[in-house]
Amino acid sequence: MSKFKAKKQNIAIDMTPMVDLAFLLITFFMLTVKFRAPEAVEVDLPSSIADTPLPAQDILMISVSGDGRIFFGVDSKHVRLSILEKIKERYGYSFSEEEMHIFSILPEIGVPFEQLKGYLVLREDERKAIDKRTSIPVDSANNQLKQWILFARYSNPKLRIVIRADERAPYPVIARIIETLKEQKVHRFNLITTFEARPQKVS
Amino acid sequence: MAAEVGGDSGAPKKGKKKGKARKPRKRPRIDMTPMVDLGFLLLTFFVLTTTMSTPNTMPVVVPPKITEKDEVEPPKIAEGKVITLLVGRGKVYYYTGIEKPELHQTDFSPQGGVRRVLLQRRQEVAARYGNPDEMIVIIKMLDEAQYKDFVDILDEMNIIQQRKYALVDITKEEAEMVEEYKKQIKSS
Repeated sequence: MSKFKAKKQNIAIDMTPMVDLAFLLITFFMLTVKFRAPEAVEVDLPSSIADTPLPAQDILMISVSGDGRIFFGVDSKHVRLSILEKIKERYGYSFSEEEMHIFSILPEIGVPFEQLKGYLVLREDERKAIDKRTSIPVDSANNQLKQWILFARYSNPKLRIVIRADERAPYPVIARIIETLKEQKVHRFNLITTFEARPQKVS
Repeated sequence: MAAEVGGDSGAPKKGKKKGKARKPRKRPRIDMTPMVDLGFLLLTFFVLTTTMSTPNTMPVVVPPKITEKDEVEPPKIAEGKVITLLVGRGKVYYYTGIEKPELHQTDFSPQGGVRRVLLQRRQEVAARYGNPDEMIVIIKMLDEAQYKDFVDILDEMNIIQQRKYALVDITKEEAEMVEEYKKQIKSS
């Protein structure tokens, strides 16, 4: 009622510093985030108490689908290209510039060498359809997985081998892979699992 | 600005007259709330995706293959220290010792499963050899097993901190023994 009553003022908080900070953080996370490359096989990982994170680079990944089909992948473009060079040398295939480019961006390959050229000229959706039924052969007569690993390790000896398999994958396939690794004197490798809490009482 | 532009097109003289009475200039305020909302939404998204997408790995070491040309013999181990696990789909068949094995069955349940069997065997080994770490676990996978069973059994080794274990190929006799045992359970 008084004449001298202070005018009511809208309280406005200066949000500028907060916004600055928020966007700074966004930028940071956007730049550091590494989206997982779309993988050729969907895999339901089993869980374990292992808590060692997967190293960020120098990975050679052998994926196994739920029905026991095997895929091969390395994380570096450079290694992929030199693997393709090796395949060219060894099997006498020739690849065009375009096919080499496609090969270098595919995270995982799951076709026998004989079908590789035909696979690379396909469209993306056609490749996806093929990925649903092909596998890298691992029979003792025609063990192409062994060749893949050989070529990859030749290009980058530091590669660490990890197996990323579906929990329903039949064990004999895993046994074949382990056998293949043993043949190349690889006795230490890693299995990718999701984390599960360690049980409380262990006595 | 907007008023001036409007004045230009309609009646320029009037516009100029009005301009004489100057209002105190207000600083334009932009409502930043929606932007901040969006910003924090994105921030939350990126924070969550970065922490969730780190898969874990479990290291595995397998014994080297011993071929005939190698001049090493497979290591000899005392019968009393050994437990052999034959792992099937969700089931574990086990026997102790080496001579005349007698199969038993267990599973991966946290209580009373294979973990308890192993811990029990550890105590037996400790009573006999004075140290539970003397125990040796031999893991043999049956063909019916799935990858999950393989990870589970290796996980059990890590949980009970069993260092001495070996992944060995199953023999034909053992596979038959398991089949025989299954039949026995069914009939009884």
